[in-house]
Amino acid sequence: MYVNEKIQETQTGTVLIKLQKPRLKEVLIEKFFLLNGLLAIVILLGIFSLLFIKGFPAIREIGWKGFFGSSVWNPNSYSTPSYGILSLITSTLMVTVGALVIAVPLGVACAAFISQVASPRIREILKPAVEILAGIPSVVVGFLGIILVNPLIAKVFGISNGLNALNGSILLAIMSLPTIISLSEDALRAVPKAYKEASLALGGNDWQTIIRVLVPSALSGIIASIMLGMGRAIGETMTVLMATGNAPALTFNFLDAIQTMTSTIAIELGEVPYNTTHYYALFVIGFVLFLMTFVVNLVSDIILQKYQQVER
Amino acid sequence: MKKRWSERLGFLALYLAGILVLFFLGVILFDIFVKGVGALSWEFLTQPPRMGMTEGGIFPAIMGTFLVSIITVIFAVPLGMFAAIYLNEYAQPGKMTRLIRLAIRNLSGVPSIVYGLFGVVLFVQMFKLGTSVLSAGLTLGLLTLPWTITACEEALKTVPQSYREGAFALGATKWHAIRTNVLPYAIPGMMTGVILGLSRAAGETAPILFTGAAFFLPHLPKSLFDQFMALPYHLYILATQHHAIEKVRPIAYGTALVLLGLILLLNLSAIWVRYRYRQKMRG
Repeated sequence: MYVNEKIQETQTGTVLIKLQKPRLKEVLIEKFFLLNGLLAIVILLGIFSLLFIKGFPAIREIGWKGFFGSSVWNPNSYSTPSYGILSLITSTLMVTVGALVIAVPLGVACAAFISQVASPRIREILKPAVEILAGIPSVVVGFLGIILVNPLIAKVFGISNGLNALNGSILLAIMSLPTIISLSEDALRAVPKAYKEASLALGGNDWQTIIRVLVPSALSGIIASIMLGMGRAIGETMTVLMATGNAPALTFNFLDAIQTMTSTIAIELGEVPYNTTHYYALFVIGFVLFLMTFVVNLVSDIILQKYQQVER
Repeated sequence: MKKRWSERLGFLALYLAGILVLFFLGVILFDIFVKGVGALSWEFLTQPPRMGMTEGGIFPAIMGTFLVSIITVIFAVPLGMFAAIYLNEYAQPGKMTRLIRLAIRNLSGVPSIVYGLFGVVLFVQMFKLGTSVLSAGLTLGLLTLPWTITACEEALKTVPQSYREGAFALGATKWHAIRTNVLPYAIPGMMTGVILGLSRAAGETAPILFTGAAFFLPHLPKSLFDQFMALPYHLYILATQHHAIEKVRPIAYGTALVLLGLILLLNLSAIWVRYRYRQKMRG
């Protein structure tokens, strides 16, 4: 940890080195940096506990069943406000699945294209393009969802309004593509060259090599990238807020307007007074959202760790 | 014969995937540019909105985004840098280090709206900063922290081990070695990461929705405790909340173009810093 220890480590058994006591100043500096490192854990625990503390009064008042056993979200009703978040959860899952259906084949194919097929010049165009796509603010994507995708959907399906789950899925697919492409590409690139050469030597053509050797070998990395893209889609707020119509309803029709968990928080937190049941209920949604993305990210992390160990 | 066909079809699909991704980006950039460039003028960039935001410019929104980004950087960069120094220079492999890294990776996956909720409770309510540019900046700072740590650590990793050992051999203490032989070489790389993080923060809307962004303000924030207008939030308002949505569409496009231009500019400058830095390392 300190200079003098390091010397000892490298020469253990050969030379005996007297260890000086590390200077106080050095110890303090290290402690200072350690505190900054610990901050990440503190913030993560802080988010977890604050969301829970703020959500708890609502759970106590409404009960778990009121939240998770009902699909009617209508906190503003004068007679009997209801706080069922089932429809919000299914809406979130719906646009997420819709986005993945579009983004996974496209993203993995694009990653395979960049890493295996494209000439260096095309690669030099595509890679920065993916980076720029990742940098486009979600509010801009949502804006184009209203202006471009909305009339397109209305026209293709002959409906009056194109602000629905399909619109949200398309936009979320675009938002999660860069994550899936760049991480899948890394995974494909990490496959040892010998695999590819062996496949080609056995008479496989380039396509068979990609489909039957490279993609299966990189599968864990690709799945991890998909999970991360999924986490991004679940937590994305502005695009779905602007493009999905915002009508809380339990539906599985992609042409219906829906309201996700994220948009519910975004719409209502600005309108409710602090520290009311409705206010606390929004934190319950936030807490559930946090747990969902946490699990998705954790699974992706575990897959990646395993895969890196195998690689070594 | 059959095999050749499947191969051709497969490659065609891969080509199409590449083209489609380029097409998405092309449509976004082209549409915003073509329809937004007409709204641009000196007045648009330097005047506040007038007549219920149907006329005038977006000056307060530009300055607001600028101001909140500065607060974000002042808050997130030192913390991120120090954490990265700990992880790369001091941390021993072990449970604690693994836990810190796990926390950082998870933080970068926390939805931006959840950061917004956290910001409301922590900064607006508990720290009593109110809905202000300071609360919003701190919330965005938390959001960018994991990216900043990762970027700074990557930069520290590129400094060769021999630089440190050279200093040790001359009798330098750990901190002395870091200060004189590591940080100066890592700073440009850190800057690249910081600028990229900043460009993402500048485009975020959800975290500032309830922590300080204002629907309309004719003037600039007078202090850190004032509300502010921001480009992404202004675009959201013009696109969905305005009473005359069709009428303000050109202004919305103009706002989108300015926001996109700002972010591309930040990205380009990050790439430029990285390029200069690589040349310097080689030379």
